[in-house]
Amino acid sequence: MQAVGAPRQVRVEHVMGTTVSIDVREPFVAEAALDEAIAWFHDVDRRFSPYREDSEVTRVGTGELAFEEASLDVRAVFTLADVLRDATDGYFDAAAHRPDGRRDPTGVTKGWAVDEALYMLRLAGARNVQVTAGGDLVAAGEPEPGRPWRIGIRHPGVPDRVAAVLGVSGLAVATSGLYERGGHIRDPHSGVVPAALRSMTVVGPSLAVADGFATAAFAMGERGVAWVAGQPGFGALAITSDDRVVWSPLIEELLLATE
Amino acid sequence: MPKRGAFALGLTAIALVLLLNFQTPTLSPTSAAGTAGGTGAGSATTGSIRTGGAATGGGTGATGPGGSTGGAATGGSGSTAPATTPAATPATAAGKRTVDGSVVNTRFGAVQVEVTLDGSTIVDVAALQMPSGDRRTDQISSYAEPVLRTQALQAQSANIDGISGATYTSSGYARSLQAALDSAGI
Repeated sequence: MQAVGAPRQVRVEHVMGTTVSIDVREPFVAEAALDEAIAWFHDVDRRFSPYREDSEVTRVGTGELAFEEASLDVRAVFTLADVLRDATDGYFDAAAHRPDGRRDPTGVTKGWAVDEALYMLRLAGARNVQVTAGGDLVAAGEPEPGRPWRIGIRHPGVPDRVAAVLGVSGLAVATSGLYERGGHIRDPHSGVVPAALRSMTVVGPSLAVADGFATAAFAMGERGVAWVAGQPGFGALAITSDDRVVWSPLIEELLLATE
Repeated sequence: MPKRGAFALGLTAIALVLLLNFQTPTLSPTSAAGTAGGTGAGSATTGSIRTGGAATGGGTGATGPGGSTGGAATGGSGSTAPATTPAATPATAAGKRTVDGSVVNTRFGAVQVEVTLDGSTIVDVAALQMPSGDRRTDQISSYAEPVLRTQALQAQSANIDGISGATYTSSGYARSLQAALDSAGI
């Protein structure tokens, strides 16, 4: 079957309200390592889900569980959300969607969990591996010797098309946009849903950070590309509402020609 | 997923590729004349993007250490591809069978697909259920479904390894398709 292509170890799992996939290319890892990575995402879901009344995150938010009593990584993710809010001048606010004003780091949990899963898989011996969660991903090494992972950036207006293809090795890729479900990103300073862009893709060394930056830069509009380019190690590619593609110097190094 | 072996793995890969595979646009490559003089900006020649309006930025590319707001230049700009949705090309052959996937509940509603197989090749995918309810949901479903179907068919000729910007709808679709493939025993 053509779809098989290069030999790979693949897992696909529905967890954390989205689809997580793991794609390992040679050298392969023990199946137990993949089991462990999938179990990790379920563990994160249990402890971090804002939709579970008994999750640590919910209990910290309600005050039932003191912040200091929460587990170390729950505290770390709350802190990461705070750091990202400050680093983006408030354009990324993980708790912005909460009408009740509770603390909620959910906006960074998914990216952080993927970063950690990649770390686990690398400790288990994986060198060439892609981990995805709901359209955001990290890709380490190479899918085949001598070439990077070819990552399509979804065309926001025509979802069976890609607007660009990036050659990615050792980077995270996150895309924010309003093209499927509008209204979940607002400019925190004006309260307005940003209209200048259709999507914002951010590439960088951490998915948790890239995801936060993508949300922030989307809200900033076209100037968000330059803002991301000013963050060392990160690059941005934006598709504007008038269908222009604008990218930063780092992205230019990654852009591949397509068929 | 408890299955082992290359064959089962390959079929899992189909569902994964379904999630990930999007056709790349075919465009006349033109060099990007509008690149700004930022640090990494070389001449951009990509097949995926035509040059369009003027490049934005063009600033210094300098960023202060630890600065949260940089003044870096943008590297280039272009226009996105003109959109034409490719028609699916269902094969016709003897030995076809249809298998229903399980109903997958997504945040936006239930998704269920029916897959038509010829041997182990997917020749068609039909949505038995897609999220519906309010106008916006119906709009998304009617928009997404033919696209997802095309992707499922094209997944067998994948040419990219991943996609950034996928959706909840496509996740549910992929899961139902995976369930159909599992129950088909391939």
